[in-house]
Amino acid sequence: MAQATFRIWRGDQNGGAFRDYTAEVGEGMVVLDCIHQIQATQAPDLACRWNCKAGKCGSCSAEINGRPRLMCMTRLDDRRFIDLREPIIVEPMRTFPHIKDLVTDVSWNYKVNRMIPKFQPRKPDAADGTWRMSQAEVDRIQEFRKCIECFLCQDTCHVLRDHRMMGDTVDGELRELFGGPRFMIRVASLEMHPLDIGDRLQLLKDTLNIGLCNITKCCTEVCPEHIHITDNGIIPLKERVVDRFYDPLMWLWHRIFGDRASRESAQNRTPLPVVSS
Amino acid sequence: MDYETHEHDVLVIGAGGAGLRAAIEASAAGVSVGLVCKSLLGKAHTVMAEGGIAAALANVDRRDSWQVHFADTMRGGQYVNNWRMAQIHAQEAPDRVRELEAWGAVFDRTPDGRILQRNFGGHKFPRLAHVGDRTGLEMIRTLQDHGIHLGMSVYMECTIIRLLKDGDRVSGAFGYWRDRGRFVVFQAKAVVLATGGIGKAYKITSNSWEYTGDGHSLAYHAGAELIDMEFVQFHPTGMVWPPSVRGILVTEGVRGEGGCLRNSEGKRFMFDEIPESYKAQTADNEEEGFLYVLAEKYQGRDARRPPELLTRDHVARCIVREVKQGRGSPHGGVFLELDSFARWMKGRNPSFNAAEHWKKKLPSMYHQFKELGNVDITRQPMEVGPTTHYVMGGVRVDADTQMSCVPGLFACGECAAGINGANRLGGNSLSDLLVLGKRAGEFAAKYAKEHSAGQVHADQVEEAARWALSFIDEPQGDENPYKVQADLQETMQDLVGIVRREDEMLRALDIIGQLWERARKARAPINREYNPGWHTCMDLYNLLTVAEAITRSALERKESRGGQFRDDYPHKDTPRFGKVNGVVWKGPDGRMQFRWEPIPEMPAELKEIIREQNQGKLPEELM
Repeated sequence: MAQATFRIWRGDQNGGAFRDYTAEVGEGMVVLDCIHQIQATQAPDLACRWNCKAGKCGSCSAEINGRPRLMCMTRLDDRRFIDLREPIIVEPMRTFPHIKDLVTDVSWNYKVNRMIPKFQPRKPDAADGTWRMSQAEVDRIQEFRKCIECFLCQDTCHVLRDHRMMGDTVDGELRELFGGPRFMIRVASLEMHPLDIGDRLQLLKDTLNIGLCNITKCCTEVCPEHIHITDNGIIPLKERVVDRFYDPLMWLWHRIFGDRASRESAQNRTPLPVVSS
Repeated sequence: MDYETHEHDVLVIGAGGAGLRAAIEASAAGVSVGLVCKSLLGKAHTVMAEGGIAAALANVDRRDSWQVHFADTMRGGQYVNNWRMAQIHAQEAPDRVRELEAWGAVFDRTPDGRILQRNFGGHKFPRLAHVGDRTGLEMIRTLQDHGIHLGMSVYMECTIIRLLKDGDRVSGAFGYWRDRGRFVVFQAKAVVLATGGIGKAYKITSNSWEYTGDGHSLAYHAGAELIDMEFVQFHPTGMVWPPSVRGILVTEGVRGEGGCLRNSEGKRFMFDEIPESYKAQTADNEEEGFLYVLAEKYQGRDARRPPELLTRDHVARCIVREVKQGRGSPHGGVFLELDSFARWMKGRNPSFNAAEHWKKKLPSMYHQFKELGNVDITRQPMEVGPTTHYVMGGVRVDADTQMSCVPGLFACGECAAGINGANRLGGNSLSDLLVLGKRAGEFAAKYAKEHSAGQVHADQVEEAARWALSFIDEPQGDENPYKVQADLQETMQDLVGIVRREDEMLRALDIIGQLWERARKARAPINREYNPGWHTCMDLYNLLTVAEAITRSALERKESRGGQFRDDYPHKDTPRFGKVNGVVWKGPDGRMQFRWEPIPEMPAELKEIIREQNQGKLPEELM
């Protein structure tokens, strides 16, 4: 069995440092296996989150050799990310407040989620109170609904990570809030929902500040579910916001007929384009 | 002792499908609800569910009805289910699914635009509402996003370690925040347990770290009863190699698409032992089995199922036999290969492209083995072995209200028992979470409205806090909690696993006794902040409680039925065990007690349904 050095961030809000551990690396192992091994044999209080260990729950997000990754889906023989001759650096997601070791406080994301008005279905299509829709309509939004909320996209988004646009005070200065890629996708999953008649464009523009995204696509790159966050989610939403608020004709329509008309027209709108995967 | 206090009418412990559904119902009833979860919201084990939600919507086959679903569930559970629960479940599941759609869940559709339903083991008609192979994620996200707007308070990463009582009734719960390690008291008029299963008592499991039997154990130590604990479902095919993925599920669909199980000698051992009762519907040669996969005729009649598609418990036992007799794969499983079918197909049709075929039929399995196992299943055999998947046993509750024998204490989902009997059908878990979760929330809210708050007694809080701190404060003791947990898992895996024997289980009880001692001496570094070692010390208490309950119950049931297979009693013994449930509870001396409890007589109209669905015959259990 080969050995590898894991350079793991240890510490809490009061500060921390990298510490080296040696782990046995066997066939097919992933980073999370070694973290567990180190916990069981050398550092019982090493903090990390995990649940399903199969890439389905999105709990074990971390930065591995500088890349936002799920620890359960990063194999130690994956040469793209790992060279066993060098220490493997494992650190917490740096965008969120640190709690301990590999665990960060991601509660901000849950607060943003609460800002998004919930699903509002149209009236049922059938007398028995049920709806009809086509499989094509279902397929169209699958991409957005498969998000596992690992928050790696939030972690890598430079608007959040570098510019700290999280709606709170940084160095004495109040920063705007940017909802981040995850919640653009959440809004897209509602806006494109075949039954939903809610209107969240004002929210996108003024509350989640979609305009702050400048389409660098870093979020798309790190998504473990391979969602085309930017191309299929954020850009079409930006176009809708532009149509509503910055297109002079649409603006006039909106002024004359009001919100209700725009809600009704939203029911009849053409679906968002989808870039094939 | 320093702790914070929160007050609610209803406290729900666990935020998977059942807990969320209960919390939603209680909130809708207008009471104040606290929802506590060990992980972050939306990460509970429900996200792993793939197959679908069983509900007799009759969208695909009009012949389906709650009656057929009820009969299927009872047959699957070998008639030791709580028939009233099975009835309620079958009757109410369709409404719960439609309601989920009204809250935003998106299901695959029929050509006329209604919810599509798929076939599944043990269900007579296509019955599972689903969306691809990620139904669980769709369900939990829908409930989560619906629930957070109803005014409930969500307490994430908080572990409950004791239920608090005021006399006989429950009055709240005590726990700790995982992040800072501080203590917290929840005062509540009613408490709903929805903590899931016990998979982490075993070495090989498809369950996550959270499945440590918390609800089972909390209820047991608070005076509630557990039933059917001997019935543990082992899914026959989990991954066994590499170690990182051991236990992860390999869907039954692989076998459904023509996958063959083979031993190290290359023999297709499932042909060796076909139970008498299934001989008429099982193929006895390879050709017929493959023709079944294609839904073609064999010698002029419908081809019969390949033996790989016999019931889960039987396939699991055959795999264990091969491994025990030295014919296993290098890593202690057997081989599941697609190549035989592909070669047979190529013989029929030279242009058959195996790689493309399997990637299209089994995309997620292809992906899972490729990414995690470095195995290309289109060319290489998979190594598979049984994996602990689900516990049918749990807290004994009233079928209509989901309340346990402790006033104010409710349970639903996997941690409650009754609906599944000796064996659960695939798809019945998600519907169980919705139907009985809703009822638990409804009746917990009702109870809260009808009762004032009980007292929280300081001595109970102090005692629980002292106990928790003993694992980091007290100097004597040097057991590594991870080692104790691993030893318990090894013991349950080897001695109370799929094939059970009296002498082995007695040995397991001895070892569990020693592990109780070692668990008391488990110690973690002195640090209350996000300290998994400390958390594991406390989890051991729950794991050992359920391990003991499973072992004692399994010893008492001297027959084989559903999830329990006794090597020393390999047959059903219906006269002795076909009309009873095993009950364990905590005696006044603190020791675990056991008794048999007769199953109440099924009403005539339900018996009639069973008879109708069973070729006019009433099963022995119901006579």
